[in-house]
Amino acid sequence: MAHSVKKYRGLMDWITTVDHKKIGILYFAAGGLFFVIGGIEALLIRLQLMFPLGADGESWLLSGQTYNEIMTMHGTTMIFLAAMPLIFGLMNAVVPLQIGARDVAFPFLNSLGFWTFFFGGVLLNISWFTGTVPDIGWTAYAPLSGTEFSGTGSDYYAIGLQIAGIGTLVGGINFLVTIINMRAPGMTFMRMPLFTWTSFITSGIILFAFPALAVGLIYISFDRLFDANFFVTATGGNSVLWEHIFWIFGHPEVYILILPAFGAISEVLPTFARKRLFGYSSMVFATALIGFLSFMVWAHHMFTTGMGDIANALFGVATMLIAIPTGIKVFNWLFTIWGGKIRFTTAMLYATSFIPTFVMGGVTGVMLAIPPADFQFHDSYFVVAHFHYVIVGGIVLSLLAAVFYWWPKMFGRMLNETLGKWSFWLFFSGFHLTFFIQHFLGLWGMPRRVFTYLPNQGWDTANFVSTIGAFFMAAGVIVILINVIISIKGPKAPADPWDGRTLEWSIPSPSPEYNFKQLPLVRGLDAFWLEKMDGKKEMTPAEPLGPIHMPSPSILPFFMSLGLFIAGFGFMYRGYEFDSALINSLFGNDIIAILGLAITFVCMFLRSVYDDHGYHIEVEELQKEG
Amino acid sequence: MSHAEAHLDKLPPEPEKATLEGRNKVLGFWLFLGGETVLFGTLFATFLALRGSVLDGPTGTELFDLKLVAAATFILLTSSLTSVFAVQAMHHKNVKNLMIWLGVTVLLGFGFLVLEIYEFYHYVHEGHGFTTSAFSSSFYALVGFHGAHVALGVLWIGLLIIQLKVKGLNTTTAPKVYVASLYWHFIDVVWVFIFTIVYLMGKVG
Repeated sequence: MAHSVKKYRGLMDWITTVDHKKIGILYFAAGGLFFVIGGIEALLIRLQLMFPLGADGESWLLSGQTYNEIMTMHGTTMIFLAAMPLIFGLMNAVVPLQIGARDVAFPFLNSLGFWTFFFGGVLLNISWFTGTVPDIGWTAYAPLSGTEFSGTGSDYYAIGLQIAGIGTLVGGINFLVTIINMRAPGMTFMRMPLFTWTSFITSGIILFAFPALAVGLIYISFDRLFDANFFVTATGGNSVLWEHIFWIFGHPEVYILILPAFGAISEVLPTFARKRLFGYSSMVFATALIGFLSFMVWAHHMFTTGMGDIANALFGVATMLIAIPTGIKVFNWLFTIWGGKIRFTTAMLYATSFIPTFVMGGVTGVMLAIPPADFQFHDSYFVVAHFHYVIVGGIVLSLLAAVFYWWPKMFGRMLNETLGKWSFWLFFSGFHLTFFIQHFLGLWGMPRRVFTYLPNQGWDTANFVSTIGAFFMAAGVIVILINVIISIKGPKAPADPWDGRTLEWSIPSPSPEYNFKQLPLVRGLDAFWLEKMDGKKEMTPAEPLGPIHMPSPSILPFFMSLGLFIAGFGFMYRGYEFDSALINSLFGNDIIAILGLAITFVCMFLRSVYDDHGYHIEVEELQKEG
Repeated sequence: MSHAEAHLDKLPPEPEKATLEGRNKVLGFWLFLGGETVLFGTLFATFLALRGSVLDGPTGTELFDLKLVAAATFILLTSSLTSVFAVQAMHHKNVKNLMIWLGVTVLLGFGFLVLEIYEFYHYVHEGHGFTTSAFSSSFYALVGFHGAHVALGVLWIGLLIIQLKVKGLNTTTAPKVYVASLYWHFIDVVWVFIFTIVYLMGKVG
């Protein structure tokens, strides 16, 4: 009776899985796909800007409309559909292992979170095929996002992000509860690895930031689909309201992304410097402080909106305050590697290169936080350079460090180090070539969000150089993809390939579905390192060997998300004129929308009514696996 | 002693927190309510920002009938009390009283909804539709979102009563009852703010 529950194989296994490790891989696959799509969009942007407007007045590659669409989708895709899922993938793959848990708190919701994200992302990208792509910038400022100035593309934006946002919120709650309730015996809060700490704080920020976005997107949809007046000035609405709602979500979002990146760096550096993390408790404190301050600074995106000097000054000072905890972190990282026995693996190369790169992004951030200076920088390429230094130089470099570091644990195969180093040098040099010069382009007066520019303004060479850099970055990404493909046949990963310090390295690679045969007893920070220093090969178990309870796989999360996806289309096209009378009546009478919501609610009903008793892996099976 | 009663005797004193799944569910739901607070906070902030933009439509002072709203408030606050009685009955392992009190809670919630639908119908008649002005849009968004929460709660607790009937009280159904009562308190608290900010402040202009 060990497996009295139905086991699925192949595609069905992936659709029904509630195993956090497999969901982590799903997040990686989907996030990687969207990362490539967003990257192609970035290349098209750079290609378009490679040359100024021709003498004949013709743009050489893209029209202004197409450029706006590509620029909007690049930003939206990279933030919501690439960076977020890759971070959630890492959190899924690593956090339960680091705290010594067999699973996350809500395996079913974990699966639901993935599928809502995925269907939201697919819905957004279907706009490429219907020809109505969002063209309003990733910030979707009103009134541009209203019916007066934009078409169905804005509906794709509002509803796609709405569905994807549900998944993020659900995931955030899941990790909060997992970390609070499911730590192994002895794993106190102040013994948790830094990546777990940063995931914890990030989940807290998600919980308090994403509902604001949800409401804002509902307002856009209500304005567009049901003729409401939230952002319509003519009927008493207020377009600045959207800016506030968007940025009170949007600025915490930046820290949602960067904190787990900080956490990953704080894991990679000690491992490859063979020293414990310098200033662990100050790192925890700095993380929590950044999480708190992230909600206090949103209006620094709106200095030029006209809020007044007092508001600008306050938000400027609050923004500069964030440099303090961030500075604490930077110095702690430097002291961690100082005097260490450093091994420059690919992961370590990415991690060390992150430090100076991110500091540059931070310094321009403080420059932008000074309102009088911001009036000069605003809407110029200086801003573009700043946030790409933070997001690519900060998040992407550290995500790549994390990918090379944890890949063996996730997939049980090693990535090739030679190819890894090639990818690093291509990506790293390409990155600085692309974006360093953009600081100067901004200072020389080039505005952002323009699809072309006149020649001989002193911008031609700099734009050309920037585009060359983008191709170096693309080459780096291609090398990474090749590395991933050949790793399928690559050498099998040992349990502890890097001489790691935390619990995830004490179990086999890839980890078994129950993670820990016996829950480990944690005796201090860097739990596994402590045991190794005592001459032991594995963790001391905290419990006798016993049957392990596992949750059953379920198809319901997939269908719940599919229902929302269908309902999204129903709402989007309710006022649209189709050629066929039948389709017109289906959409016009909200039949499609109601059908979609009905699918979701029936799935919720089934989930509530039928209890999942799960199944047990018996002791004999555990012993057979060795 | 019947089989079901013997089973109840074995149930621990706080069955909602007896298992890890139960504790996870309760904690997760508290956190979810934290997110809901931000959601309603945004709706309130929007309403406060836009409530002066009435255009040609009626103002809150002209519209609101405090007697009706006070009745609705009384009904909803009472339902919060009856949901406490339900959880008390659960802790005393009295499944019959638990189901009765949950039933009373559902009935009161339903009564509140009837009053609210009547109220909205009346407003639309007075020329205060969803699309009339920024004030009306933000009013219906805030109060309507709350009403949708009440409607969902009525369906949810109704479903729980049926589950209690079929499955009885155990460590799976107990956390469901507990979080449903948390949810019900939360929508009550939100209503207290709606009553103050929308109706009382609306009445003084």
